[in-house]
Amino acid sequence: MSVPNTWRLQQQRYRLMGEVCDRCKTKIFPPRDVCPECEAPAKTQFALSGRGEVYSYSTVYNAPAGFEDATPYTVALVRLEEGPLVTAQLTDVSAEEVEIGMPVEMVTRRLRADGAEGIISYGYKFRPVQFSPAI
Amino acid sequence: MNDEQPRLLKPDRDVGVVGYGAYVPRFRLPASEVDRIWTDGQGGTPITEKAVPGLDEDVVTISIEAARNALARAAAVDPADIRAVWVGSESHPYAVKPTSTVVAEAIGAIPHTQAADWQFACKAGSEAFQAAVGFVGSGMGGYALAIGADTAQGRPGDALEYTAGAGGAAYLLGPAGQALAIFEGSYSFVTDTPDFWRRAYQHYPSHGGRFTGQPAYFRHSSAAAQGLMQAMGTTPEDYAYAVFHQPNLKFPSSVARRLGFTNQQCAPGLLVGEIGNTYAGSSLLGLTAVLDQARPGERILLVSFGSGAGSDAISLRVTEAIEARRDRAPATRDYIARRSEIDYATYARYRRKLVMQ
Repeated sequence: MSVPNTWRLQQQRYRLMGEVCDRCKTKIFPPRDVCPECEAPAKTQFALSGRGEVYSYSTVYNAPAGFEDATPYTVALVRLEEGPLVTAQLTDVSAEEVEIGMPVEMVTRRLRADGAEGIISYGYKFRPVQFSPAI
Repeated sequence: MNDEQPRLLKPDRDVGVVGYGAYVPRFRLPASEVDRIWTDGQGGTPITEKAVPGLDEDVVTISIEAARNALARAAAVDPADIRAVWVGSESHPYAVKPTSTVVAEAIGAIPHTQAADWQFACKAGSEAFQAAVGFVGSGMGGYALAIGADTAQGRPGDALEYTAGAGGAAYLLGPAGQALAIFEGSYSFVTDTPDFWRRAYQHYPSHGGRFTGQPAYFRHSSAAAQGLMQAMGTTPEDYAYAVFHQPNLKFPSSVARRLGFTNQQCAPGLLVGEIGNTYAGSSLLGLTAVLDQARPGERILLVSFGSGAGSDAISLRVTEAIEARRDRAPATRDYIARRSEIDYATYARYRRKLVMQ
């Protein structure tokens, strides 16, 4: 992961900073500056709540480069309560506990480290909703 | 030696804790596991179990969740109004590159903010707390965030491996009018005492064994607590709760007894038996647990200790506002109850004690 790329994605990765369409109010994540629904320009920042549910998931035993240390881990499609579908790792949960429809919340965790000398990338993961009230 | 009478550290403007938050990782290593591996179960255990961070957790991620909990309890504070983000720790993920900037970015406090990492062994968080009181109390900024967090490492087989835990607590300091707990005053006692240290590039800390007790922990904790109470004209009976730095169960219980505090005053904030010594998070997490149950009007004495060595004693008084706001974020006990037990092998993997290449 290059340094400029990591830096450029910080806001969306650390706190799910997306966008909202000023015309049709669609919430957009990841930010793309154009509304996928009505095609209007959409550059107004909007922080998503981080609450959602598991839409689908799969457990990874053979990880791509940079993620070998974390196996086995579960990757999920998470339907956020504002609408967008995001792909993310699940954390604080074992693979057999995961099920479709499980309520989850966003946490900011280490995504990967670029060897022992490179930068550490942080970003969103999701975990089962732990407490009431949810964070 | 300076024989001057203890003088209170207190800002001109009234300041208080506007929000507080805790975080403890979910994994627990029973001390009996360390005992099993290194002494064949014959060595005894200083605590029940300690909190262990997961593979994707470090001081940055612990600080972020604690800070988010502190903000949830603050009454409508815009993160952009936080003018300082300070993180005290001895396990910052980078040797050079601040933890505090990542935390500030993650909570939305950037860019009009001060940010810095603090270091003083286990009292790095309480000194950030005191500085934040001064920062807000002087009028330099409306709000300042002080965090103490650690993912402490103990050398395999060393006495500290039983207790070196992980966790952290965050405090948003702001105007007393919005506070859950008013800052009444503080007093610090510091000398050059080499009881525990870690040299540059070393992975594990070293310590002076029994020397960590009387000349270090007990002398500084007692002097800070006594100095504060003398300067404020208070006695142990004036406090509903007392929280001391908790490297094990024996030290805080012993210093509390010597100073005249009862088990009843100390038990709510004594967490080391269940989560271990969370270093810079230790006394500050004890305080979050106390704030989770304290009633308006009650006084709390916090006494940190950092090796090297020094103690910060802080007196707080809980306000009416706490009742409506403490349930806006998970309680410290919620995190403690959320536990997944692991064995020594899993612990060795999670703490990267297995060198793969």
